[in-house]
Amino acid sequence: MATGNGTETGQGLRLIAPPLLYAILLLAVPLLTILAYSFFKDGYLTIVREFTLENYLATWADPIFRTILVRSLMVAAMVTAVTVLMAFPVAYFLSFVVAPERKALWIFLITIPFWTSYLVRVFLWKVILGFNGVINSGLKANGLIDEPLKFLLYNTGSIVMTLSHSYAPFAILPIYVALEKIDRSLLEAGRDLGESRLMTFWRVTLPLAMPGVVAAVLIVFIPTIGDYVTPTVIGGGKIPMVANLIQAQMLDIDNKPLGSAVAISAMAVVTALSLAFLFLNRRFLKVRA
Amino acid sequence: MTRLRGSGLRVYTLLYLAFLYAPIILLPIFAFNNATVIAFPLQGFTTNWFVQMAENPTLRQALLNSLLIAVSASVLATCLGIFAARASTRFDFRGKGPVMGLIMLPLVLPEIIVAVSLLVVLLAAGVGLSIFTVILGHTLICMPYAVAILSTAFSSLDKSLEEAAYDLGETKWSAFRLVILPLVMPGIVSALLMSFTISLDEFIIAFFLAGNQPTLPTYIFSQLRFPKSIPMIMALGTLLVLMSILLLTLAEYFRRRGVARTGQTDTGGFI
Repeated sequence: MATGNGTETGQGLRLIAPPLLYAILLLAVPLLTILAYSFFKDGYLTIVREFTLENYLATWADPIFRTILVRSLMVAAMVTAVTVLMAFPVAYFLSFVVAPERKALWIFLITIPFWTSYLVRVFLWKVILGFNGVINSGLKANGLIDEPLKFLLYNTGSIVMTLSHSYAPFAILPIYVALEKIDRSLLEAGRDLGESRLMTFWRVTLPLAMPGVVAAVLIVFIPTIGDYVTPTVIGGGKIPMVANLIQAQMLDIDNKPLGSAVAISAMAVVTALSLAFLFLNRRFLKVRA
Repeated sequence: MTRLRGSGLRVYTLLYLAFLYAPIILLPIFAFNNATVIAFPLQGFTTNWFVQMAENPTLRQALLNSLLIAVSASVLATCLGIFAARASTRFDFRGKGPVMGLIMLPLVLPEIIVAVSLLVVLLAAGVGLSIFTVILGHTLICMPYAVAILSTAFSSLDKSLEEAAYDLGETKWSAFRLVILPLVMPGIVSALLMSFTISLDEFIIAFFLAGNQPTLPTYIFSQLRFPKSIPMIMALGTLLVLMSILLLTLAEYFRRRGVARTGQTDTGGFI
């Protein structure tokens, strides 16, 4: 570096100051504020600035919170498993089968549904699965059933399916990027050394693709835990998840310290699980670094 | 063998695409269906739902609000993104990791957390909830996407072009304006369009921060409870999907032009 490290740090920091300041003011400060609120007392219409652990004790002693948290974790885990397993062959196809000049088009096709009105898309699953929905009315019109199938909507399964649909591209893209980075000659070497196609995949391709799979898992798992729309619309309000609980505490019940404690608790659990997952996969992540 | 395996994967991928597109394909079908209930069999063609939509004053207000929010948030996010992308690709500075980590954090933070924490701070600071507060929130969540797109554009720049400009007597600012800006322009347009699309579609932050002002997603959400409004929402959804596809096609076009202009090979996609 001809300019020297000191001035380069200065130049870099000066240039990045506006977005950094924005992120500090509108992200770091708010996050620290709810962290602080979670240790304050709720004084009906005001916040009493007095340190207390009551909110956390109340949160964790509440069986409803524990049920909802476990449910959210289960739903997110199932969504993640379904999404990543379904996405892997697609990413593999994109990387290894599609001709290079057509890759951008395929990726474009896969990302388009993701960017189109999230709310309408979630609602459409309700339309498809509902009591008088597309599936039931279609089956009835064809004389295949007499009574509408009730098990399609308002259960955990339909929530999992809707969320898997919503987060599909999140899983495909990181895996695709990891597969693209694999040096193709390694695969040839595997074959030349007498490994079968399947064993080459198992011992060369898959370990090298793991950083992408790990990224996909986290990138699907973290936002699905906090999803608000799908449990509300598809669960019909009967199967609340953590986001619904936070929303209720913050707006309907208007107990901001307790709501903050719920939010921080949920975030802490998610962070801990994510770190544990990264730790378990550290052996795959080191390969690339 | 290779061809056989490839064709199996192709069939799977096409089925997967069908699954991805299934709900969206239903939108226009029911938007033009002459029935108040969303069910088969279809009842004939009508454009009534589009007329009803066009005549709805609340919806018009929601659309105007959403457009204002999306335009402001995308311009702000892209401007801030230019600083971050330029700094992170051009300079190696201490604390770069944590700084970029904070800026990119909204990508992996559940939106409900962003919404709740912003709400608490804004209320504590005595800022009234309005369209303006939604713009603040949307700028924050659009910024990481803009940074990601712009970083690709900036990192593909040949540093010697910039140095040539300095050697020819250009100042830092004029070199940026005359040499770098035109080269990253497609990236900027792409970042603007992407941010616009994200903001237009964002629900939870608008739900928390808009006060009593409707945006398109919060209006749609409020109408989902009334079976009577559903056909109109289908018509609205059809238009929104068409608009998103148009915007994304434009974004993709500019991204590719940027790739071609800086002479890289295309690696594809918004990543």
